[in-house]
Amino acid sequence: MKPPPFGYAAPASLAEAVGLLTEHAEAEARVLAGGQSLIPLMNFRLAKPGFLIDLRNVAGLSGIRQDGDVLVIGAMTRMAELERSPEVAVAAPLLAEAVGFVAHAPVRNSGTIGGSLAHADPLAELPAVALAYDAELVATGPAGSRRIPAAEFFRGPFSTDLAPDEILTEVRIPSWPGGHAFTEFSRIHANFAVVGVAALVELDGGRIRRAALAVSGVAPTAIRAAQAERVLAGAAADAVPAAEAADAAVAGRSPVGDLHASPQTRLDLARVYLRRAIELAVSRARNER
Amino acid sequence: MRGENLLAPVTCTISLTVNGRPHVAEVEPRRLLVDFLREDLGLVGTHIGCEHGVCGTCTVLLNGASIRSCITLAVQADGAEISTVEGLARGAELHPLQDEFAAKQALQCGYCTPGMLMRAQEILAENPDPTPAQVRSALASNLCRCTGYQFITEAVLGAAARLRATKETTAS
Repeated sequence: MKPPPFGYAAPASLAEAVGLLTEHAEAEARVLAGGQSLIPLMNFRLAKPGFLIDLRNVAGLSGIRQDGDVLVIGAMTRMAELERSPEVAVAAPLLAEAVGFVAHAPVRNSGTIGGSLAHADPLAELPAVALAYDAELVATGPAGSRRIPAAEFFRGPFSTDLAPDEILTEVRIPSWPGGHAFTEFSRIHANFAVVGVAALVELDGGRIRRAALAVSGVAPTAIRAAQAERVLAGAAADAVPAAEAADAAVAGRSPVGDLHASPQTRLDLARVYLRRAIELAVSRARNER
Repeated sequence: MRGENLLAPVTCTISLTVNGRPHVAEVEPRRLLVDFLREDLGLVGTHIGCEHGVCGTCTVLLNGASIRSCITLAVQADGAEISTVEGLARGAELHPLQDEFAAKQALQCGYCTPGMLMRAQEILAENPDPTPAQVRSALASNLCRCTGYQFITEAVLGAAARLRATKETTAS
């Protein structure tokens, strides 16, 4: 229940951090953000990085700013800051709502947005939010920076498109006018979710112009439910085919069962929480006008 | 690389303040903050429970914000101000929270108490006049296996009232 020995550095610049990642590649170096997922894994010795690069001293990795229509959040921004930020509440209310489901306050005081996304837990809340918003994730490596669409970022459970020598530095969230909802089933609040749903709905008069739905718990990563989004697009806002969309979202999915829920339970719960998220997002969108 | 580390553990120098007292220490990077507090500083008031961030008994404040010291490395607290349960009382005079925990019998085995007290301090700093429901919801971060939540909630509310009264007296 204690981490094995490892080397450690807390560099002051991103360039140094990237350099250290390359230098200590053979030691399976890992980046340390808030540590709220990595350190428990190291305590259990499920993760044994030989070197940790702590980003806490790297300038410019934390903060929330608006870049035109895009909300830009530094990777080291703590969950608690997202929770309290008026900018996030206005520009990315789905994110603000989802953060409330992440663990408990003491964990959110340390845990970061970038850490959660790069850790890529298949049942975590923020990957689903990033997918729903079509967020872009900015990674910096030895060759410079690149923007990775959320849809290409999550490759599998705990696996992302980040190269071993790249560091996630920024999350770019485009604005979404309309309604949002995050719903989740877990046995106890702050436990790992069994299923989670991130929903965004934009209205055009009395009709749904477009919807974005991301679901966790029914596939090896959170997924966008494109079929369900098509069911919703064009539908009347006062007669939303939420059940039909929920069915479409899970059609053909075969999640793996575990001691928390069988495959069938996961699918049933996903349908219920999809329906609730869709209905709540639509009702919020209608009340906004 | 890994072999070298095993033979000759690297250490880092950290400087931090614990309950207002400055410390400079050499620690292995893998030293958990809770072990640094208990083993290196002898501050055994902070307890170790689950060691993976679930139970909350190791809760301390880092720059005023509650954290799980079992999933925080001591090196991550470099430069920080840490508050532990030892910093609550002033000499023989208990902090209102401690006093209320005793008066309301908000502890049975007492194992969760240090974490509860530190988390309660943050809860009242953020909201000096919480409702019972808000206290219960905020304290969900900390487990009490004697299931004394009812008395713990009452103690926190009692301390909140006393702290507000003290503040008003000081202000007037």
